[in-house]
Amino acid sequence: MKYELVIGLETHVELATDSKLFCSCGGHAAANEPNDCVCPACSGMPGMLPVTNKHAIELAVKAGLMLNCKINQYTTFDKKSYYYPDLPAAYQITQWFHPICVEGTVEVGDRKIGIKQIHIEEDAGKLVHDDATNTSLVDYNRTSVPLIEIVSKPDFRSADEVITYLKKLKAALQFAGISECEEGAMRCDVNISVRPEGTDKLGVRSEIKNMSSFAEIKDAIEFEKVRHVDAIERRTEMLVQETRRWDEVKRRTFPMRNKETAADYRYFPDPNLMPIVIDDAWLEEIKASMPATAEEKGQKYVDMGIATKEAAVLASDAKLCSVFDAVVAQGREPKSVASWILTECMSRMRYLGIETLNIDPAKLSRIIELVDAGEITRAAGKKVLAAVFESDVDVDKYCDEQGFNAKVDEGAVLAAVKAAMEANAAAVADFKSGKEKAFGAIFGACMKELKGNGDPALIRELLNKELSK
Amino acid sequence: MAKYITEINKQGNIAVDDTILVKDYPATAGSKMLENFVPLFSAEAVERVVAAGYTLSGKTAVGEFGLDLYGETSTSDICAAATLVADGEVRAALNVDLNGAPRRAAAIKGVTFVKPTYGTVSRYGVIAAACSGEQIGVTAKDADTAAEILTVIAGHDAKDGTSLKQDKYEYNTDISAKGMKIALVKELYDAADDEVKAKIDSAAAAYKKAGATVEEISVLGLSEIKTAWTILMSAETTNNLSRFDGVKYGYRTEKYKNIDELYVGSRSEAFGFLTKATIIYGSDVLSKGRYEVCYDKALKIRRKAVETLTELFAKFDALLMPAYSKADFEAYDVTDAFNKVYEESLFTAPASITGMPAVVTKGVQLVGNYFADGKLLALAKVLEKEEA
Ligand SMILES: [Zn+2]
Repeated sequence: MKYELVIGLETHVELATDSKLFCSCGGHAAANEPNDCVCPACSGMPGMLPVTNKHAIELAVKAGLMLNCKINQYTTFDKKSYYYPDLPAAYQITQWFHPICVEGTVEVGDRKIGIKQIHIEEDAGKLVHDDATNTSLVDYNRTSVPLIEIVSKPDFRSADEVITYLKKLKAALQFAGISECEEGAMRCDVNISVRPEGTDKLGVRSEIKNMSSFAEIKDAIEFEKVRHVDAIERRTEMLVQETRRWDEVKRRTFPMRNKETAADYRYFPDPNLMPIVIDDAWLEEIKASMPATAEEKGQKYVDMGIATKEAAVLASDAKLCSVFDAVVAQGREPKSVASWILTECMSRMRYLGIETLNIDPAKLSRIIELVDAGEITRAAGKKVLAAVFESDVDVDKYCDEQGFNAKVDEGAVLAAVKAAMEANAAAVADFKSGKEKAFGAIFGACMKELKGNGDPALIRELLNKELSK
Repeated sequence: MAKYITEINKQGNIAVDDTILVKDYPATAGSKMLENFVPLFSAEAVERVVAAGYTLSGKTAVGEFGLDLYGETSTSDICAAATLVADGEVRAALNVDLNGAPRRAAAIKGVTFVKPTYGTVSRYGVIAAACSGEQIGVTAKDADTAAEILTVIAGHDAKDGTSLKQDKYEYNTDISAKGMKIALVKELYDAADDEVKAKIDSAAAAYKKAGATVEEISVLGLSEIKTAWTILMSAETTNNLSRFDGVKYGYRTEKYKNIDELYVGSRSEAFGFLTKATIIYGSDVLSKGRYEVCYDKALKIRRKAVETLTELFAKFDALLMPAYSKADFEAYDVTDAFNKVYEESLFTAPASITGMPAVVTKGVQLVGNYFADGKLLALAKVLEKEEA
């Protein structure tokens, strides 16, 4: 029998606010040392009262608008109780009764994935085990940092769909400035079951908690599918609804202790936080502040003369976009910028194994400016770019040091052509006997002689002239 | 018995109860759990009285986390603040009214206490138990002095999300009682002993003499209101006290091998009986399957109580009622404290659950509509004058 996967995702991302959700502490990004960003409120001291960060509400609404959700204009904060040392007040403020966004959709390939809800909640702290003293230490820098949890409907049918969705979500959230989505900061709970293809009834569900790497999520889903199908077909085990964790070393899931999952969270509305009413005027204001979506951005690039495919690649990545926009804003020609980013920068990134483009747009702009103006050759430009990537050199200074200068006079070019022909007599002879391929070698030698300087068209012209003598 | 849990300044003229934070002075909330807890900041109300030129005299005893109406589950005298006021040792005291304890204390000691409209005085710096009803109020020798201090502490505070937006409040205690309509709540009158009834009788007579009308009325659902407030108060208390876990500050047991033992040991050893009973009850009413029939139903009763009282205040200026059934409590087994204590909330719960203002003076309680604090204080003044 063939089985299909039924997957739902709960995705947590940190909101890009300057301060925590209910106090004025900076986000954990501002912290250098453990417990740097902590005040009486976010460390659970008595006497403190929560005051809602308005920006967090706005970012959550933006996320809802992007995922085509209905925005609940009446929304509440509720308390979820459990004891754990990383939760200083022993309750987490979340949205249980009236989440801020509901009923959205995301297109993944040609399918629509439903979004059940998006709610805002506080993050917990971090426990660190100190082996030296065999004690647990707690760091509250992360407590009360605002998160949104995006809960999908069980609409995914393959691991690939899940990964496509997550990539799309990440790009979209970064685009709108809702979340930085730093490495590992997107945390997913994956709900999985299988059922015979063509049937509607949902199978027994397992939930894999707290995954962040896309590759690991994919493997965990594949593992679970096999485990579930084996359990059904070969009765290898009795499937029970449970929470599991993925073991990255053993490459398998394992059930969590029952105790961790059997909690009764005793939700109730937080009496210290009045219900939030998002009136029409505020909602319109948030709508008006929405940045272009990846699609809109891609279209804008096409309108600037960038090829559709290239525009789509640029638009899919927030960092590529921001560098592109910044360099174009400095007066460079869009097509040229696109080519430098998509060809030269990406090739450097692949070479260095970097995932996100991190370059000073002013430097990239200067390189393109020099090349486009014929001040240095493209080959020289690529060398400067490599130096910028590796040691963040100053563009003009580096060009001077390396003697890059495309404006070499005809006499110097001619001298280099003659020197190259002399040093490559065999190739010259080959060329003259009809082997046109030998031209490349002699041309390369000319370039080497000129240290990458000189106008390639002039070199080509003079070399042809000399060879035909 | 010591007048203060912690003395601050012998020349001070404002006492502060021990659930209200004063920077650098211990704040125990009447619990062994916090016996060594020293806060990093002061309550907004404390900042305001100090800024207005008053000085703090010291911290006065409360029943554990203010839950206790009698104080028999506490080793300290929970009437300490009212006694200091009655003896003229301080001008006023700031007390947290969560279940009516300072109202009861004021009635016993014959002084005045005002529990203002919820949201008019910042709760920032109160060791919270039942956030949705607790409120800082003022104990003073008379209505005018209470109004003087209340004017100082009331007004918007951005640090409290439930603080109302108005910056300042004024309380005119000179409104004439002439023509005012006062309703005497029959069910509560009937539930009181003769001594208390006599106080209500003389208050009613004084109002009639001052040109007000006094009409006996029946208010339905008072028993439900009492139970609903016990549910809400217990649930919120359970949640708020869960932060006291022995991990970060406060009492920590010496006997633990793992985190669970640390939690259970610290809380078992540090909390008193009534607190534990409240926590157990509060956990139950929020648990799965019980939430709808207990907590959610209590919220509905709260909305109904607001409706009922608001309707009454369309016809009456104030409700006259006892603050308690009897001044002395009978000795009973402490393990029955939960039932006994919360039985007495019959008299205090209507103002607590609705957040409406209440004033106690001369042993009787007046409850009014939202923002009728000034009118209640003016009515209290009528009784004070009568006796003077
Ligand atoms: Zn903080």
